[in-house]
Amino acid sequence: MIRRALEVFLFLAALTALWQLLYLVSGDVALSSPRDTAIAAMELLIAESFWRHVRETFSAFGYALFIAAGGGLALGLGLGLHRLSGAVAEPILVSLYSLPKITLYPLILLVFGLGMSAKVAFGALHGIVPVTLFCMNAVRTVNPAYLKTGRIMRVSRGAMVFTIVLPAALPEVFSGLRVCFSLTLLGVLIGEMFASQRGLGFLIMNAVGLHDVRTVMAITLLLAAFAVCANSVLLMADLRLHRRV
Amino acid sequence: MMRIHAELQGVTRVYPATPTHSAVHALGPVDLALGRGEFFSVVGPSGCGKSTLLEVLAGLAQPTAGSITFESATIQGAVPDGVGVVFQDDASFPWLNVRENVAFGLKRARLPAAEVRERVEYALSFMGLDDFALAYPAQLSGGMRQRVCIARTLVTQPRLILLDEPFGALDQQTRLLMGDELLRVWRETGATVLLITHALDEAAMLSDRVGVMSARPGRIIEVVKTGWSRDRDSRLASDAQFGNITSRLWRVLREESLKGLGRTGTPPRKQETI
Ligand SMILES: Nc1ncnc2c1ncn2[C@@H]1O[C@H](COP(=O)(O)OP(=O)(O)OP(=O)(O)O)[C@@H](O)[C@H]1O
Ligand SMILES: [Mg+2]
Repeated sequence: MIRRALEVFLFLAALTALWQLLYLVSGDVALSSPRDTAIAAMELLIAESFWRHVRETFSAFGYALFIAAGGGLALGLGLGLHRLSGAVAEPILVSLYSLPKITLYPLILLVFGLGMSAKVAFGALHGIVPVTLFCMNAVRTVNPAYLKTGRIMRVSRGAMVFTIVLPAALPEVFSGLRVCFSLTLLGVLIGEMFASQRGLGFLIMNAVGLHDVRTVMAITLLLAAFAVCANSVLLMADLRLHRRV
Repeated sequence: MMRIHAELQGVTRVYPATPTHSAVHALGPVDLALGRGEFFSVVGPSGCGKSTLLEVLAGLAQPTAGSITFESATIQGAVPDGVGVVFQDDASFPWLNVRENVAFGLKRARLPAAEVRERVEYALSFMGLDDFALAYPAQLSGGMRQRVCIARTLVTQPRLILLDEPFGALDQQTRLLMGDELLRVWRETGATVLLITHALDEAAMLSDRVGVMSARPGRIIEVVKTGWSRDRDSRLASDAQFGNITSRLWRVLREESLKGLGRTGTPPRKQETI
């Protein structure tokens, strides 16, 4: 445990050193120094207006995550259980997964208009595909011996989904949810960058427009810290689930 | 005259053709009658349709032709009450601990909670799993996981127990001991047991009768009666009769196994051991 903490600390120290070096090479125009950035981040954290933007971003993220995870689970489960529709949908989903979704953003803006719903839709669009794909594959590849056991125990089809298929698929589904989490956040932020008057994405773009390198980097730093923390918690849970198999 | 508990008449199973494979005639026609309380083993070359036989008998798969009766009712591709199966592949649920695994089959049975607890605890101690009740299958050895599966089957108190190579993954010593445990289950529950195995000595030691299957499509070409008493155990292995039965099984099976390998009655270059 102490070793692990030491490793993390050394890694962060190395990263900061690299950052300082890059700053010395490139100068004030492109980067702000680690020290300046940390101060800027502190300033942001105590500013009332910053938290308004945070709330805006995270409520959009919450809705988007809910839609992506819930929709993806339902869709993946359905497609996994029904072979033919799964076979039809899979190539479509895979190409959607690899498509740069920014190309669809104008379309989304047309449909949803500027504002909250467009961000939510764009975030959900990023997140829903991986959950669906992971969930579909997990359901399809559930060990047939588990299903036979259920039939021998005379478990009804409906109960089989909840007592066998989903628990068996859970580790894979959770991996999908982990990817979903990151991509949905990405989607919401990109959405805010290009068509929004509020939120962290907007704040970054605004600062870029003002050549306020410090603020850009401070927000990026805070977002990165959040993403890394959230992801490591999810990754830990993920590994735990996979160890049971 | 034995009372018939389960019976297959002219049962065949053909796996239908798929876009990538042609149809596979996996089984039969098979005629087989299991007596009530009998211990019957099936041996046969690999891929001859043993698992298919079990699935059809359990009502997990529909026969292509023929009929199956269990306790005088016809099985029509639906699992009847009173049948328990231990599968060839490890089927313990990794997301449940040992106790939850064992209790799984009783969740939907409308039994009083005390009765459920009692049956689960009994099955756990019977299979020597008390100390592992809270462990997850990933923490157990293959043999113990298979014991979990047997315990999970036992709690439902099946009258017909079907086991598909349950000890296939175990070493010889453990296999013999597990065989003893299986005999104990059989004696104490009075259930009818159908055991599928590839180990001739196991079949010869445990069974009242042993059916030998042909290469695919599997038919039962010979049934060997052992004549053991009901309270037998693995010490039989030193009995002279044991050797006789094993070698008789091998004589029949050798021919079929060669066919299964795509060769016919030519003497093998390498001496094969039993
Ligand atoms: N779902 C399936 N679709 C098509 N063919 C199948 C299917 N399941 C089994 N078979 C074929 O049917 C034949 C019998 O299979 P089965 O699993 O019953 O044999 P087995 O005697 O249990 O084999 P083993 O000794 O390896 O356990 C095999 O040739 C197998 O390839
Ligand atoms: Mg088999």
